[in-house]
Amino acid sequence: MTLMNEPIKRAEVKPKYCRFKKNGIKYIDYKDPDFLLKFINEQGKILPRRLTGTSWKFQKKVSQAVKRARHIAILPYLADQMK
Amino acid sequence: MKNYETVFILNPVLSEDQAKDTVEKFVKVLTKAKAEIINKEQWGLKKMAYPIQNKSTGFYNLLEFATENTGIINTLETEFRRDESVMRFLTTVLDKHAIEYNARRRKGEFNRTKKTVTTQKRERVEA
Repeated sequence: MTLMNEPIKRAEVKPKYCRFKKNGIKYIDYKDPDFLLKFINEQGKILPRRLTGTSWKFQKKVSQAVKRARHIAILPYLADQMK
Repeated sequence: MKNYETVFILNPVLSEDQAKDTVEKFVKVLTKAKAEIINKEQWGLKKMAYPIQNKSTGFYNLLEFATENTGIINTLETEFRRDESVMRFLTTVLDKHAIEYNARRRKGEFNRTKKTVTTQKRERVEA
């Protein structure tokens, strides 16, 4: 009752990390759809930070890049089944 | 001095020559305003993620240029709007990381690494 929101198997919870900070990626290219595909779900929506582990600084850049890619029809605004 | 990058999509109804002429027209607009063209790329006829003007493909083009004169963006975009063969365009300012990335991209670093990996694999298979 008291530990309702606590994960049961704590050892399985891996700490999240920001892949941009870890790999030293400084610029996110909006012309590269294969890379941006990691940050959207199969409907074409941008995934939240709590799922991808991206830091706030880079989440802003990811969302900007995805929106630019949508404008030039590299990524869809909405899709049924992308992946 | 700022670096810019423009991606624009041309109507697929145009012939290859017409598409090239249209690109040249925009390059001329830039050079006339004393912008320095850094990179010109034609990605050719590509399938788009969603239809624009009822067309599912388009000629993708990329121009990268540097200029002091920021008013040039307005003149360029006016030209884009006037030209009916331009279906979509996007101009972005490049920050220092983007300039570095584009320089590496121009050298083909990102494609080349993939190629060398595959050739290495092939060599291994042959050996």
